[in-house]
Amino acid sequence: MSSQDTLLEVKNLHTGFNIDGRVHHAVKDVSFSVKPKEVVCIVGESGCGKSVMSLSVMNLLPKHNGKIDKGEILFEGRDLAPLSEKEMNAIRGKDISMIFQEPMTALNPVLTIGYQLDEVLINHTTISKEEIRRKSVSLLKQVGISRADQIVNEYPHQLSGGMRQRVMIAIAIACQPKLLIADEPTTALDVTVQAQILELIGKIQEEVGMAVLLITHDLGVVAEMADRVVVMYAGQVVEETDVDRLFYEPKHPYTKALLESIPKMDEKRDVLNTIEGIVPSLKNMPEKGCRFVDRCPAAMDVCREMDPILGETDKGHAVRCFLYEESFPQSSDKRAEVQ
Amino acid sequence: MTKETVQSEHLLQVQELKKYYPVRGGFFRRKVGDVKAVDNISLELKRGETFGLVGESGCGKSTAGRTIMRLFKPTGGKILFEGQDITELRGSGLRDLRRDIQMVFQDPYASLNPKMMVGSIVSEPMINYGMGSESKLKDEVMELLKRVGLPEDAYYKYPHEFSGGQRQRIGIARALALKPKLIIADEPVSALDVSVQSQVLNLLKELQEEFQLTLLFIAHDLSVVKHMSDRIGVMYLGNLVEVADGEDLYKDPKHPYTQALISAIPQPDPRNKSERVILSGDVPSPQNPPTGCPFHPRCPKVMPHCSEVKPQLKEVNRDHRAACLLYE
Repeated sequence: MSSQDTLLEVKNLHTGFNIDGRVHHAVKDVSFSVKPKEVVCIVGESGCGKSVMSLSVMNLLPKHNGKIDKGEILFEGRDLAPLSEKEMNAIRGKDISMIFQEPMTALNPVLTIGYQLDEVLINHTTISKEEIRRKSVSLLKQVGISRADQIVNEYPHQLSGGMRQRVMIAIAIACQPKLLIADEPTTALDVTVQAQILELIGKIQEEVGMAVLLITHDLGVVAEMADRVVVMYAGQVVEETDVDRLFYEPKHPYTKALLESIPKMDEKRDVLNTIEGIVPSLKNMPEKGCRFVDRCPAAMDVCREMDPILGETDKGHAVRCFLYEESFPQSSDKRAEVQ
Repeated sequence: MTKETVQSEHLLQVQELKKYYPVRGGFFRRKVGDVKAVDNISLELKRGETFGLVGESGCGKSTAGRTIMRLFKPTGGKILFEGQDITELRGSGLRDLRRDIQMVFQDPYASLNPKMMVGSIVSEPMINYGMGSESKLKDEVMELLKRVGLPEDAYYKYPHEFSGGQRQRIGIARALALKPKLIIADEPVSALDVSVQSQVLNLLKELQEEFQLTLLFIAHDLSVVKHMSDRIGVMYLGNLVEVADGEDLYKDPKHPYTQALISAIPQPDPRNKSERVILSGDVPSPQNPPTGCPFHPRCPKVMPHCSEVKPQLKEVNRDHRAACLLYE
């Protein structure tokens, strides 16, 4: 793939944490790409590594114990992983922005909304001071804040959760980034407010023409927003495809089970499908074999002996499961030869 | 209705229940206002049914649950349990009541004592009610732990050794220990992942059948509430705005708030992107609620007199009540 039709390409990313002198990989061999103006959803349960993955892209891992061990993060063809803090600062907030789950803690409580918005513009543009404040106000209006002229002089605690998330979005889009990473942007919000924010992200995405990497655990949000979906389990990508095929032709047993375990409004079922057991913790990951094997209804002997790879079964549909022959490592060699 | 029929049909009746919290201010900490957390709700629970209470954060659903449990003293109204007025119960009367009403809490991390063995946690209520000593109750507790799907050695372990879902099972075992008639489950699955959430929901349903429980299921997620409940009450700003059978409520919601709430839930189906009713604004503060209908500032179907008259819960269809002036 040339760099023109991919905006972000994550290749074989391994992110490890040093716990008690041993490195545990929270993200192991994750590869995916985001095209310009595309909405890609990363979906998975807690502990699947989706947030660590997004922090790796932004180079925001905790310095004392988190580290990218292997792999590349290519943004417009340039590898972000080895960049220095200063080089990253030129990219963060300008080309790639991020919004976080907790709108309560992501804003600085002792600075006005206006100050925090101006800050981004001061750092990344050369426009004059008055111009900046005018831009800040218009950004707030763009994200649907009605009293924008007054809000710029207010502090985060004076706003509700939904409003704060709007402010976060305004800050994130201030420099018209090419990529917006949204890590569980609506999880802390009520469902009616969540609907407002999702609609806003969709609207802004079209206006600004940016790509969105949306990280969520909510399959409803995925169905609503995504063009393509990456399903993660225990630090690995287990399935990747477009949104329609994910919901109508899921391949990986985990994806299937996940889809069947959510109660749906429009049907009545007495018993929900369950996935027995729990996600293995970071310290107790199986050394080899498929990481889902202990909970998998279709587990085979081979699943414990070999690591399945993410193999493309149909065009644009990749899965990491030995039920599909593309997941056997040999076929990847063949694939590599062809490429 | 004679008292006997009341007893046989309804386990719990809540009549015009109010719970206000005082707001204090100024130098002498005088009362300057009220937060009307629960403002006049009435509902009945039939024996063996699951009643779901749904609403957004701050709507008063948890306060309602805890006031019914008599963890809080109601500001006004009446609570009848098996026909007996429990609103004013104190001391030993209240203690006896707690045996029949138990609670499952939201946070499985905070609601279990980290210094107690699981066996002690589950047997404690039984010991409190004089059902025997810990050693005598051991077999019974083991049986209970097995029933909620925990391994046998769980008895000797501590809460931190369990995952969120398993801890919630411990909480459920504790609630079941006294064989209560009513269980109030306050957001029992909202802290859990979807794959674990379904395990706990299934367990609650099974146990309800097995132990003939009546369940007051409080949650913010309407799809979870609908899955669990026979009837559902929708709360907004301390008020019950609609009560109906679960299926009815979803297919034919009457109150504009319920309609918006249902349409706001993202459906896990990319081919079914229905038109949304997007509400503007946020839930107002319960300290200073709007006049008239509490929902009128955000209501897409607002009429001029909505800000003046407060609508009461009225039967719109059979077994379907809504508090909205559209149906007056």
